[in-house]
Amino acid sequence: MKLLFENCAISGLLSVVPQNERNFVDEMANFNFPASRSLKLKQVMGYDRHRIVDGEVCVSDLVQAGLRHLFLQGLLVPDEIDALILITQTPDYPMPPTSNVIQGKLGLKTDLLCMDINQGCAGFLIGLMEAFLLLQQSNIGKVVVANADVLSRKVSPRDRNSYPLIGDAASIAIVERSPNSGPIPMCLKMDGARSSALCIPAGGMKNPSSPATAEMTEDQDGNFRCLDNLVMDGAAVFNFVQVEVPPMVEELLAQAGTTTEGIDAFFFHQPNRFMLQKLAQALRVPEEKMPMNVVEYFGNSSGVTIPVAIAHNFRDRLLRGSMRTCLAGFGVGLTWASMLLTLGPLQFCELIEFA
Amino acid sequence: MKPVHHILQELRPEADFKASDDFVSDGLLDSFDVVTLVSELEENYGVSIAGTDILPENFRDIQAIDGLLKKYGVHQ
Repeated sequence: MKLLFENCAISGLLSVVPQNERNFVDEMANFNFPASRSLKLKQVMGYDRHRIVDGEVCVSDLVQAGLRHLFLQGLLVPDEIDALILITQTPDYPMPPTSNVIQGKLGLKTDLLCMDINQGCAGFLIGLMEAFLLLQQSNIGKVVVANADVLSRKVSPRDRNSYPLIGDAASIAIVERSPNSGPIPMCLKMDGARSSALCIPAGGMKNPSSPATAEMTEDQDGNFRCLDNLVMDGAAVFNFVQVEVPPMVEELLAQAGTTTEGIDAFFFHQPNRFMLQKLAQALRVPEEKMPMNVVEYFGNSSGVTIPVAIAHNFRDRLLRGSMRTCLAGFGVGLTWASMLLTLGPLQFCELIEFA
Repeated sequence: MKPVHHILQELRPEADFKASDDFVSDGLLDSFDVVTLVSELEENYGVSIAGTDILPENFRDIQAIDGLLKKYGVHQ
């Protein structure tokens, strides 16, 4: 699906990562694999450190911390928020929406649209898309796109396929009307027929959590997890990304009448360094234009890896000026999306810690 | 340059690759071992294997891996 938006822009970007940092080498003993195999994987995939929440910290806690920081710094006025979109796969409750919970805890005005969207690694782009659509309404002038996940709480610490890369984080993007910001083409595709490649089998109405779903079992690769945990078919996800993402991005660039040379930076979702290196090779994008260090320093926090990659790698440049960027997210759903967007100069571009 | 079977044995010293006719379905190589193997092959043979070629069928046995390497101009 090709979409086109105009007169909208991100005016500020904040990322929130937990202060709690874990180290891959310290965690290797949890995995049912020889240390030599794990160390080779560390080198190839870029595993090193990851930030995960301590205890029962929820998505609402991370997002509230980020919004309170912006209020205190005078970077965002609460009453100016007309819509609060929250993209998450780990809501505080099945109901009510976590965006409403955040609204209530922060005492935001009632003349406010709160909306939860269940999306994962493409969630940041889906959230921006929703904000652009809402800004077509004259009564909506400022949209908060909060993207947050605490998926570490749903991943088995004994699952070497998923635990070393997982990270928790939240981001807050302020999206506003911006005349002369240029067209924002987007490409979006979904394939629910392959949805089982990334899923949490139990905990919903189809398969409610029970003592049986909490029972740990060993898979054929030697990982231990239960049905309440996230399970990823690594080979299927890797192949999906390599087959689907490069042609989608090339189609998007062609739609915009540009090439990879016309793009200053490619901010892609950060599953691991190897996958990003292969994407950069397929698109013939120099690695300096495509940050791929988020898993190494913070872990994979689903869609939030895009704003984390932006803040960690290009903060100063985006505070000073603008960049023509290509965003891409791909994962659960399966969903894959890309967008060309002029970013900056931003009013703020920060990465803070949640203690 | 190391032959492919040496690289495999270094990756999984305990595995009996000779006794298997499908390394992937027999559990000798999981998806993460395949990624590590690709990295080792690239470093050893000086090639860059496309992401779309990283499929289980290209790593099921020595012949399949040799066939993949031939595609990138490596003849052993």
